[in-house]
Amino acid sequence: MVPDDEGGCLMRTDLLGEPIEGLDEALAAVDAFDAVLTDGLLRPRPAQAEGLDRLAEAVAGTPLAARVAEAAGKAAAGAAGEEHFLALAAARAALLGSVHDALATRVDEATGRPKPAGAPDRQEPSPEPASTLSAAARSWLCDLARSGWRGLDHDLAAGAAPVVSAMLPDTLLRRQAALLDGFAAELAASCPGATLERVPERRWADLWMRSLLLTLPGAAPAPATTPATGRLLPLGVDLQEHATAVQAQVHAVFEPSDGGAPRLVRAAASAPKPDTVVGAGLWQLLRPHLSLLAAAGEGRAMELDAMPLTDEGDLLWDEAHARPADEADPFATARVVLPTSTAAATAPLDRHPVRIAVPILLEGYAVRAEEGGPTELELAGHRLAVDVDRLPAAGPLTAESVARSRACIGLLRWDAGRFTVQPLAAETVVRKKAVAVHAGAWAGGTADKAGTRAEKAATDAVAGLRERAGRLLRK
Amino acid sequence: MLSVWEKSSTARVVAPARPRKLAKVPFVELADGRLQGVVSSGSDIGRVYVSSISAGTYAFACSTNNNRPCGGARGTFCNHLRALVTEAVLQYGAERVARYLKVETAQEPDAATLLGTMTQTRPAQGDTSAAAPVFSRFLRHLAYLELPPTTAPLPEMQWFPTTRAAA
Ligand SMILES: [Zn+2]
Repeated sequence: MVPDDEGGCLMRTDLLGEPIEGLDEALAAVDAFDAVLTDGLLRPRPAQAEGLDRLAEAVAGTPLAARVAEAAGKAAAGAAGEEHFLALAAARAALLGSVHDALATRVDEATGRPKPAGAPDRQEPSPEPASTLSAAARSWLCDLARSGWRGLDHDLAAGAAPVVSAMLPDTLLRRQAALLDGFAAELAASCPGATLERVPERRWADLWMRSLLLTLPGAAPAPATTPATGRLLPLGVDLQEHATAVQAQVHAVFEPSDGGAPRLVRAAASAPKPDTVVGAGLWQLLRPHLSLLAAAGEGRAMELDAMPLTDEGDLLWDEAHARPADEADPFATARVVLPTSTAAATAPLDRHPVRIAVPILLEGYAVRAEEGGPTELELAGHRLAVDVDRLPAAGPLTAESVARSRACIGLLRWDAGRFTVQPLAAETVVRKKAVAVHAGAWAGGTADKAGTRAEKAATDAVAGLRERAGRLLRK
Repeated sequence: MLSVWEKSSTARVVAPARPRKLAKVPFVELADGRLQGVVSSGSDIGRVYVSSISAGTYAFACSTNNNRPCGGARGTFCNHLRALVTEAVLQYGAERVARYLKVETAQEPDAATLLGTMTQTRPAQGDTSAAAPVFSRFLRHLAYLELPPTTAPLPEMQWFPTTRAAA
């Protein structure tokens, strides 16, 4: 038994609800610019010039100031070129970078864990991405900024398809391709923009900004790695998907065999997919490429032997450097090892609030869940909302199991002005025994009845599509 | 003031497709102002039909991937078009299909009421010029299965959390 005074119960949830200095001002400038993109910059009106000015003013004291001021002026006159849109995107990214840093500092205070190592600055010289494709993407993104979300039509939304098709086979361009593909699909589903009831302003401006910055040569350099040898203790699985891409990320603690301090790390597998591959089908696509998914699902550790590890804490998984190890209960890991684990620093481009996903252990809370309302965990009088929508559909962890839990492992996140926790696992007590339910329990396969049915349906769907592809694609 | 949804980086804009059997209708999409897709031939395993219904007018077309007109789609919806609507409702939910096609129904829509409402307006037969692009989109869709997975992280996927909300 682990004593109660050790570990995650020290989480200072009270700090998560307190205001952060400068945050509202930075976000107000972001919002002002985001509203400009809604109406577009083909024929800017005075209100839009004002929004552009707010963005320029917000970065007035930085090295970006002159370029952004010039870009804001050109854009307000309806004469912005690619370099001006890039400058505006860079200004918005810088503001959200500062928001990220302030939030990350607050998270460190709340978890009380060792501070992350300094910002990584080593980079491998990366192969230059195919620049004609990036140029084509940039041109499409600038057209989007001119038309605005309200000016969206089917032709414009479809404009990214040839670029995405050409990028997808090149794994070096996968980041750009997956982003553009998901973004374009949302735009296409929202046409025509003129009749949209509401516009996801922050989100689309984020996706536009990120897509545009990724078109710059060297924006996403191959990170430097060091070989990692030691024991890997999974905490849980986070699943991300859009219609035509999926990524599973395993959050884990790495204990170096040289006796060094434990580190928080991640390992991912991702794949493009047809939109009809969903649920258990997602695990089936990724499973063969990341044995860690099965280990996490079964509650086992893995031994790593010189697995490449980036300065940002990402293991570049290669089965040749991993083998299964003993049982490892994620709740034991979270109680004993997590409190002394150090997180890696965040890459400069990744400094955005959406990137915050900090493993935490919560215990000793009361669950507040009213019918149809949000699920919240109350600790020492402070409430933390639970993002139950992020629970994978093909998994046993549900909002109900969270509501019955007395401890949970989750990812602390921030979005739309507040912190939330995304559950990775919940511990309930059944007949005086602790029983853990994991969001990623079916990642490696399952004997669960409902899970097996979902697996069979997904296998049949993919087999049918592959059979079609065999007939039609290779004619 | 913007609402929380408008200030969310991870606002859900499109619900993921619901799982369905793909043998009969391997491909369905709401795109280019049409419900369109690919329907398997009941008799010939090597043949598929490309079927579509336009939003608003319900103008319909059905032909083989080699652009031979479908014998059943004369004057009204053929079985391929009916299967297309049925499977689209399974994949996207009846409400989203109804909204996209601009079909107004008295009660909660389902595949039967959507089909009934559209055929009652005696929609015109459209031309089959969309067949080639729809078929090539289907091939592009299939090609996604052939693309290699990777274990290099995609930080951009943080903007696309999974969701339990089905279409
Ligand atoms: Zn037909």
